[in-house]
Amino acid sequence: MEKKKKSVPQDGFNRFNRIKPATNAVFTPIFILLAIITFLPVLFVLIISISSEASIAQNGYSFFPTKLSLESYAYLWQSKAYIGRAFLNSVGITIVGTIIGLCLTSTLGYVLSRPNYYMKGVYTWMLIIPMLFSGGLVASYMVNTQIYHLKNTYWAMILPGACSPFYVIVMRTFFQTTVPDSIIESGKIDGASQLRIFTQLVLPISLPVIATIGLFLTFNYWNAWYSAMLYIDSNHRDLYTLQYVLISIEKNISFMARNEDFLTEESMRNLPTETMRMAIVMVVVIPIACSYPFFQRYFVGGLTIGAVKG
Amino acid sequence: MRKDNLSVKGGECVIRKKRKRFTWDDLELTLLSLPSITWLITFCYVPMFGIVFAFKNYKYKPGEGFLYSLFVSSKWVGLKNFEFLFRSPDIANIFRNTLGYNIIFLLIGVTLPVALAIMITQLHSRRVAKVCQTAVFLPHFLSWVVISYFVFAFLSTDKGLLNSIITSLGGERIFWYQDPKYWPYMLVFINTWKTFGYSMVVYMATITGIDQSLYESAVIDGASKWQQTWGITIPLLRPVISIMFIMNVGHIFSTDFGLFYQVTRDSNSIINVTQTLDVYVYKALMQSNNYNYSSAVALMQSVFGCILLVIANKVVKKIDPESGMF
Repeated sequence: MEKKKKSVPQDGFNRFNRIKPATNAVFTPIFILLAIITFLPVLFVLIISISSEASIAQNGYSFFPTKLSLESYAYLWQSKAYIGRAFLNSVGITIVGTIIGLCLTSTLGYVLSRPNYYMKGVYTWMLIIPMLFSGGLVASYMVNTQIYHLKNTYWAMILPGACSPFYVIVMRTFFQTTVPDSIIESGKIDGASQLRIFTQLVLPISLPVIATIGLFLTFNYWNAWYSAMLYIDSNHRDLYTLQYVLISIEKNISFMARNEDFLTEESMRNLPTETMRMAIVMVVVIPIACSYPFFQRYFVGGLTIGAVKG
Repeated sequence: MRKDNLSVKGGECVIRKKRKRFTWDDLELTLLSLPSITWLITFCYVPMFGIVFAFKNYKYKPGEGFLYSLFVSSKWVGLKNFEFLFRSPDIANIFRNTLGYNIIFLLIGVTLPVALAIMITQLHSRRVAKVCQTAVFLPHFLSWVVISYFVFAFLSTDKGLLNSIITSLGGERIFWYQDPKYWPYMLVFINTWKTFGYSMVVYMATITGIDQSLYESAVIDGASKWQQTWGITIPLLRPVISIMFIMNVGHIFSTDFGLFYQVTRDSNSIINVTQTLDVYVYKALMQSNNYNYSSAVALMQSVFGCILLVIANKVVKKIDPESGMF
């Protein structure tokens, strides 16, 4: 992966070749507007989540609520038996899924990058075909539920997406271009097995690609909801992830009021359902919004490798 | 002389192909990749035999094993499932929605992010550019479930922001989730909102990697900014654009399920303009338990998508031999 390119210095030739100030004055507001448009909905939901339920009932969702309050988060904290469980499920699935995914992806990527590997052609075809053609939803669903009995288990949400062929190719390209053969040769001369070469020689210098694919996997698992929708039914609420909680709330607005993890009659009447829903959205979004800027360059770098080398 | 691959036959030198032997290294590598290959077979190849669902009339009989009832008891109906499917009045609509939206997304996807990427790399202030780049990347990391809540905050009939604004200006509330006529525009807008940041950043990365000396020599030859863009930047972006294009064309029959199911909150009144093939497949499987139609449609998606991908790759290769996926 290339080193992060320094931004183009604004002197000499570049200053000469700049766009006219008038054009710049037109472009700049456009991009500021775009940045605002992308952040606006997040900000809106944040404001709703800290509005008081009364002001929502009166004026609807607004950027300028009549009264602010943290009652929705207080209620979330009180119902941590339910939301907390979903949070832990999301975190657990994300961590386990990322680790499993990294193991599967990196081993296959490494093996495919060895030029003299006997099964290379076969395995490469085996990898590419699922990218083009798949059995379809019914087939996967039936196989996963009837043959593998994954319905209503955590594995149903972890295993199906663990080893994406696309990421394997990104890893393979990285290993082919960045790991010098001399390292592998020297390992072999010293009598190391391929496993040792892989874990002790290749992986330590592959941290950029591991970080990249690891981050992709982390964000994918944190945001995953489709598997939960397919494989977890409403009798297994303890398996719900945060995303699926959001979905099931949508399906049934008074769901939480009826759920026995909640409290007494009195507080149920005043349950801040509107603001609470947005508060849960915030719990899902804030970790992402706070962490992704730091990992931007990994996402961009990884993608351009995959895209250019195909 | 077996070991020697060179031999003389009839006055000419013949080189025999060396047969590869399965070495110890190969054994170790095979073991190393065993978990991944097992995963591939388990989750990608085994379900492939499930395309047989599309050709059979699967009926669940309690007490029988799944495989038995799939292969032995269910009747083979050949193409009947497809026939019924094509006779149904909804299917034309579903195809129209799927292809229509995808073509629009495709066209927007190869023009807007490219234009924006070129523009943003020209901004005088690098700080503004950096901040905007980070900001527009955010929607890519949000799931459709989360986005459906955002949309709801604007479109909710009694509490949404849009209706508040409309009523305070004296108009009538609009029942957004029940009225089909706005949805095509809204879905295109929302999808663009989510995806343009990611594409734009990828193109930006490619542009900043372009050798500056190309521009220098262009300026010496008297090229204007416009000419520089058309003559240098865009041709060098072509490989990346064509790969994105090919991948999207190959997927033209599949859509992002979350966009058309979660954001629309599965509202039945707008189904004519929002139901795509994936939504149909999902609903046929999970809501009406109609395994046959669901898998028939899924099979068509897969097959057409595969064919299109290969064709698109060939076409792009003809135009520009450097670009292309395989």
